[in-house]
Amino acid sequence: MPEIEYILGHLNYWLFTVLMMTGLYIVVAKGNLIKKIVGLNLFQSAVFMFYISLGKITGGTAPIFPLDMRIDPATVYTNPLPHVLILTGIVVGIATTSLGLALIVRIREEYNTIEEDEILGIEKELVAQENRTLGDAMGGRA
Amino acid sequence: MLDLFIDLSLFTMLVATGFAIVKMRRLFGVTMMTGVFSLLSAMLLVTLDAVDVAFTEAAVGAGISTVLMLSTLTLTSRIEKSPVHTPWIPLLVVAVTGAVIIYGTLDMPNFGDANAPAQVGVAAQYMERGPEDMDLPNTVTYILASYRGYDTMGETSVVFTAGVGVLMLISGLRRRRRRKPSRDEGEVS
Repeated sequence: MPEIEYILGHLNYWLFTVLMMTGLYIVVAKGNLIKKIVGLNLFQSAVFMFYISLGKITGGTAPIFPLDMRIDPATVYTNPLPHVLILTGIVVGIATTSLGLALIVRIREEYNTIEEDEILGIEKELVAQENRTLGDAMGGRA
Repeated sequence: MLDLFIDLSLFTMLVATGFAIVKMRRLFGVTMMTGVFSLLSAMLLVTLDAVDVAFTEAAVGAGISTVLMLSTLTLTSRIEKSPVHTPWIPLLVVAVTGAVIIYGTLDMPNFGDANAPAQVGVAAQYMERGPEDMDLPNTVTYILASYRGYDTMGETSVVFTAGVGVLMLISGLRRRRRRKPSRDEGEVS
């Protein structure tokens, strides 16, 4: 039955999509900045696993040769190239995460909150205040 | 059949962890759940034959990033306030994006197909020539350090830049904290 084979062959990709969308939902819907970073991490992990799953070969094994380097030509090895790229990706991911968390610490210092809508409210208030000051300096309403 | 069973049970746990992260409002619990998610994804990576990546994910995802999250929590707050917006627009955005991505996967080759375009390109050449060129048993190591050495150099510079950025953002935290009360008093007087 080709139908079942097609569904089983693509099921992994669809499940990875569900995970990705969970991460995206957290980024879009949640106002807390730390939660947003967690959502980004979730999305990123799902993309990594999706990418690795593209390199998998059925019946293959981990791409490590025997120690005596006598390679049996009958052995199937999984594609190592996605693994290499994702290793780089994981490390860059942790670098961006740490930068984001440091920014959150600074934001908390300035605004005393890490909720997005409260920060926007404070920003609005500051701009209104500045406009009033400038208007007064020019004599009358700006 | 056993493969499919392991795959599906790991996925069920991953999705459950993801939903728990969405629902949870205590950020401490969210951090712990992120660690659980990383360990589960490391297990899934082992079933996908990516042992090196699983190792890194378990060390970086469940180790370093949990430490970073916890130290951020001590400097900020531990509770997420209840949301003010309705979740309908984000749900719509997510549903549309998910549908587009799934549409994109429809004409992809089957999972584990040995003749997929990803398998027959440059990777096959790396596997073939590696043992003669490098004489190392671990293919991931020699591709990372030699054939793709420039990638790794770029990665190192990215990590360096991020480290400098974090230091510039965080440095002087205690000094500013000590100075802040005195500055406020100055404004009052």
